[in-house]
Amino acid sequence: MGRYVAKRVVSTLPLIFVISFLIFMFMHLIPGDPARMIAGQDATKEDVAVVREQLGLDKPVLTQYKDYMKGIFSGDMGMSIKNNKTVAETIVPRFGPTILLTLSSITWAALFGIGLGIISAVFRGKPLDYLGMIIAISGISIPGFWLGLEMIQIFSVHLGLLPTAGLDSWRSYILPSLTMGAGIMAVLARFTRSSMLGSLRDDYVRTARAKGQTEGKVIMKHAFKNSSIEIITIIGLQIGGLLSGSVLAETVFSIPGLGRLLVDSINFRDYKVVQALLLFFALEYIIINLVVDVLYGFINPRVRYE
Amino acid sequence: MQKTMINKNITLKPGAEELPKAKNRFVELAKKFSKRKTAVAALIFIIFIILVAIAAPSFVPYDPGASDYFAVLQGPSKAHIWGTDELGQDVFSRLMVGTRLSLSSALIATIVGTAFGVLLGLLAGFYGGIIDSAIMRFCDVMFAFPDILLAIAVVAVIGPGMINVMIAVAVFTVPSFARIIRSATLSVKSQLYIEVARSLGCSNTRILFVHVFPGTIQTMIVNFTMRVGTAILAASSLSFLGFGANVTEPDWGAMLSTGRNYLNTAPHMVLFPGILIFLTVLAFNLLGDGLRDTLDPKLN
Repeated sequence: MGRYVAKRVVSTLPLIFVISFLIFMFMHLIPGDPARMIAGQDATKEDVAVVREQLGLDKPVLTQYKDYMKGIFSGDMGMSIKNNKTVAETIVPRFGPTILLTLSSITWAALFGIGLGIISAVFRGKPLDYLGMIIAISGISIPGFWLGLEMIQIFSVHLGLLPTAGLDSWRSYILPSLTMGAGIMAVLARFTRSSMLGSLRDDYVRTARAKGQTEGKVIMKHAFKNSSIEIITIIGLQIGGLLSGSVLAETVFSIPGLGRLLVDSINFRDYKVVQALLLFFALEYIIINLVVDVLYGFINPRVRYE
Repeated sequence: MQKTMINKNITLKPGAEELPKAKNRFVELAKKFSKRKTAVAALIFIIFIILVAIAAPSFVPYDPGASDYFAVLQGPSKAHIWGTDELGQDVFSRLMVGTRLSLSSALIATIVGTAFGVLLGLLAGFYGGIIDSAIMRFCDVMFAFPDILLAIAVVAVIGPGMINVMIAVAVFTVPSFARIIRSATLSVKSQLYIEVARSLGCSNTRILFVHVFPGTIQTMIVNFTMRVGTAILAASSLSFLGFGANVTEPDWGAMLSTGRNYLNTAPHMVLFPGILIFLTVLAFNLLGDGLRDTLDPKLN
């Protein structure tokens, strides 16, 4: 097991290195002069020079890269141009809302998606299956931001039940979580259904039935238990994507999270913050994938020997 | 030349039964596909939307760019069936004409992304070794930016605008295609007819493009259909975030983005573009599902 974990970790390191290099290159790939773009077209040469110095673009590229890597390890990734705070000071307060939103979204999406998938598989070819799969394919096809806006229209504007924006109480999380989780619920429902259909056809399920187990026990204790490893893996992978998926929900509901910060920073050309956020999202996704991989190897020993 | 000679030399012995005529594969597949009612309905809807995109300027009741300041933010009525926007422009006319921009941008982006993805997948799967490793590591890097984040990152570098959104969506399409086509190539590569082609002395390029590539087309068609839906969602999401089409242009995502500011007074400005995006993406996904069920050899 130790060898398997070490192998997985070592194989991820070059990827992390390449990603961090690409994100460093971000500022150099922008067409034109980023310092001029930030300072504005009417800015004087001196103003542009100040911005260039602030961004560290006046130093040789190698020095810039060294500073950037040092910054990643020391947590000092420069200054935000928008509010004159350090990048870390700008980003850290935004973690809370995004993480809470991600957790609440994945919780309802997992419960509902898995439930829907099991029902569809058990009632295969019956109206309940069709209904479940209609909900699932709609969840994949619906634009999340539109769903959010329509829910604001119904639950906030018409019924006055839930807040339209901000994060004042737990009620503020309901609509954004529903918006963010819809797609994942749909993916999980489809996946659970196909995985359960496979399990329900297996010999051990037939044996369980032959032994006289109740149908509920056959479905949950035998078929679902076997499918659950794969389903948990998919949930893990979805969490990684959800953090960055918060971009749209946070924009619709004006939530001060990481996703909204990314959009605002791109619009404001606050490149240091954009750089830090892209790096965070990519690393977070890679690390979650790695953890899921390792856990999967832990639960399913066959994977370790492949 | 060789083929004709072989055919001419084959003569049936007297009394030998002639082989039954091979069934037309396309007709077989079409029959199989037609049994999937939701997929057929989706195909009809997509054809309808494409016809709308072509003919919209000639049948819409109003000029999509014409403002009427005496009729701003009006709800649906006889004069304006889907209401008007903040400039008094007819929402129905703008959405119909907007079909052209929204659909063509998603289609072009998907075609470009698919072309690059398929080429990379073919090369990786066929040549293996260092080429495979290099292409797959490149895909890993792209996959580290999940979902729409890759498209946002591309827009952050090259700037906003409709063309840039198309580039971003194309880039976002490449890695998943490369992976899928690579695995399809690996399975086609191990087929006997590839070995025959090689033993006949075909060059690698000829084997790759004349023999292997056609074997991956089914996989490509299914995934292309599904990716068009994803591309429409991604492009409209980017437009909604303000990175895409200019708000003056009739684009579904951009119209939704503008409508958001008038949610309380003119909810129809959000409702209709959203329904149109939803139905179009749903149609492409249902068609993709139907095509997969029809074409996937594993499911057969």
